[in-house]
Amino acid sequence: MPPTDPEQVFLQEAQELLEQLEHTLLDLERGPGDGELIDTAFRALHTIKGSGAMFGFDAVAAFTHHVETAFDLVRKGQVVPTGELIAVALAAKDQMRVLIDDPASANQTVGEAILGDLARLIGAAARHPPGEAAPNAGDPPETGEAHWRIRFRLPADAMSTGTNPLLLLDDLRTLGPASVNALTDGVPPLEVIDPALSYLRWDVTLRTTQPRSAIEQVFLFVIDDMELDIAPIAAPSPGLAAAGLTQAGLTQAGLTQAGLTQARLTQAGPTQAGPTQAGPTQAGPTQAGPTQAGPPTPGPPAPDPAVTATTAAAPPPPPQAVPPPGRAAERHEFQAADTIRVPAERLDELMDRVGQLVIAQSRLKEIAAASNDAAMKSVTEDIERLSLELRDTTMGVRMLPIGQLFGRFRRLIHDLARDHGKHIELVTVGEETELDKTVIERLNDPLIHLIRNAVDHGLEDPAGRAAAGKPLTGRVTLSARHVGSGVLISIADDGRGLDRARIRARAEETGLFAPGARISDSELFQVIFQPGFSTAREVTSLSGRGVGMDVVRRAIEGLRGNVDIASTAGAGSEITLRLPLTLAIIDGLLVRVGRGRYVIPLSAVEECVELSMEEDARSRGRNFLNIRGDLVPFLRLREMFNAATPADRYQKVVIVSAGELRVGLVVDQVIGDHQTVIKSLSKLHEDVEIFSGATILGDGTVALILDIAHLVEYGQRTGERLLAAS
Amino acid sequence: MKKRILAVDDSASIRQMVKLTLSGAGYDIVEAGDGAEGLSKARATPLDMVVTDLNMPVMNGLGLIRELRKLPAYRGVPILFLTTESDAEMKRQAKAAGATGWITKPFQQDQLVAIVRKVLG
Repeated sequence: MPPTDPEQVFLQEAQELLEQLEHTLLDLERGPGDGELIDTAFRALHTIKGSGAMFGFDAVAAFTHHVETAFDLVRKGQVVPTGELIAVALAAKDQMRVLIDDPASANQTVGEAILGDLARLIGAAARHPPGEAAPNAGDPPETGEAHWRIRFRLPADAMSTGTNPLLLLDDLRTLGPASVNALTDGVPPLEVIDPALSYLRWDVTLRTTQPRSAIEQVFLFVIDDMELDIAPIAAPSPGLAAAGLTQAGLTQAGLTQAGLTQARLTQAGPTQAGPTQAGPTQAGPTQAGPTQAGPPTPGPPAPDPAVTATTAAAPPPPPQAVPPPGRAAERHEFQAADTIRVPAERLDELMDRVGQLVIAQSRLKEIAAASNDAAMKSVTEDIERLSLELRDTTMGVRMLPIGQLFGRFRRLIHDLARDHGKHIELVTVGEETELDKTVIERLNDPLIHLIRNAVDHGLEDPAGRAAAGKPLTGRVTLSARHVGSGVLISIADDGRGLDRARIRARAEETGLFAPGARISDSELFQVIFQPGFSTAREVTSLSGRGVGMDVVRRAIEGLRGNVDIASTAGAGSEITLRLPLTLAIIDGLLVRVGRGRYVIPLSAVEECVELSMEEDARSRGRNFLNIRGDLVPFLRLREMFNAATPADRYQKVVIVSAGELRVGLVVDQVIGDHQTVIKSLSKLHEDVEIFSGATILGDGTVALILDIAHLVEYGQRTGERLLAAS
Repeated sequence: MKKRILAVDDSASIRQMVKLTLSGAGYDIVEAGDGAEGLSKARATPLDMVVTDLNMPVMNGLGLIRELRKLPAYRGVPILFLTTESDAEMKRQAKAAGATGWITKPFQQDQLVAIVRKVLG
């Protein structure tokens, strides 16, 4: 269930607003004249301030107030949103986040510095926030009970703007005993009376301990437009007071009568009054109906009753029925969508349940396969289909567009560009590509590393770019697209490209390659993923410490993905991440090795071939397979897993690939495809690299899931060793 | 019958608070996230009162108040607006648009109830 505590709702809302603010500010940097962006930024600030104050986040409210003031001036066209102002506003946004997340850790000096910058940029205006109205000066001292005479006439249109005079009188009576006298001298003759207008004047005597301000408070909403005279009077004598009381009773009756009369007049009048006249308390659906509508003359023109009837009868248009005009349509992500919030753990729970269902279903499938009951087979097929559909729907629910993640990097690029004095443009492609939310969350850090690398190592500074004859503004392109059951994400820059010679020299220095060995670009570039590998001569604040690329690779492999690099000297580099769509359930190929069963992710499988006895014998000691002219190294899983049973006569080879590398896995039997619900291995087995997890089969036994990236790497290494030896 | 109040605010937290507070005080609450949504809900459901924020996307509070006052059914219905502006100009504009009164943010829950009772009875 979504949180119901308003404070929790505020926290969630504030996070979203801050993110929206950041996007808007960054957009504004590109289009400083866009009034709609300015409004959006202002609104975000306004809401953070207003709601913040509401829910006790006073520091946030106070801080945001100054930023809001600045943007109010921007909105009014008195201040231009320069790059500098936007940079300060972004810093302010960060400070607001700290104030919301962890007020205790907020550094006040930072906040003051930001506000100082802000004040400098917008001039003196921000330093003097508009103060609240001064308290009433003329209040008589509170000396116990006092008598007041209050004479007033409401604005003529008070009732049509929702003010109910009777409620005002009730309000006065809550201050103390009052005698109310309605003066009807202003009521015009019947034929010219407008039932929507207020004609009465009132004369009230009130005994109260409350000050004048309390009386004025009663008329708060109408006080600016009405005639009101409040005067202290001497205490009436007891006799008079008694008479006053009687009079009060009388006048109340009189008032009621006056009210009644007016109501009657209304009914008798040439036009029937709408709820306006009847007062809000009686404004029910029937009275609000169009037949009674259409009081003549004053106020806004009454719409055609027929039109009103149509609109009233029409079903309510869906929320968002009025499309935001112009560019707002493009920023649909900022509009409240027609969605439901669900805590992430609930989705995980749902996925888990679906996983259990899939396991139970595969058990049922096995039982049905062994049975001759046609009805059972039929229902089993139905359940299989439904559970697969349920699985897909559930996975769909967990999918988020990657644009959300890409959006976060705009700020990173902005800051990096400023810190490095480089001009950088961020281009994003395929933002609508959807990925499992867990994958998206875990992609954040690796992508930050890669973007920093691209900016720090890849892109030249403006002088360097000018010398190379490139446009001064460097470009970083983030793109995402679906490929089969996975997603390709690439981070490309148009910088100088990887320095082959330097990487090679460094690799030879550290003994990763023998000097003079023939190495392909792809292999050479892979070494930058080695732990501790760095060619950077000096360490910058951002990168070059030799940590990073290996962390990136580990993170991506942890997501059962892999990383590729392509680079052209002088033209830039592109790093491609290949990722599975989801982490929870995969299509697997179930194979048998000895007595054990194993799952190979189907997305990695290229083909299955047979390994005949003679071929097997011939390849002993060489372990290469000729696949249409390519030598592919293979691994005998029987040997790796120490299978004790005799090998099957016809061994099968499953050719799997990771990136551009391929390797064959020799197994006893290919059983078939299998819906694999992935269970992670326990901490104890964390260091077992060749298995990425386990799954439960239909008969309740466990099958291990092979980690293809590691197996391929292992196979290639073994292959290279063998090649070198021969 | 419970009186029905429409709460219009683009801030979900404020809406939530208004809703909790006023439903606790015995009112029925209908919610809307902006002026346009508020207007369509007001057309679809008879309301006894409207409480609206002023600064909202799509259709702001002023627009909503003006549109509501054009509907015969809403000519006398109290409309309160929420405001943080100490700026009298905003209040003046909202009053001119036909609002009944206002609630200054931040407000306490009992203040909200008191003002609603004051205007709605």
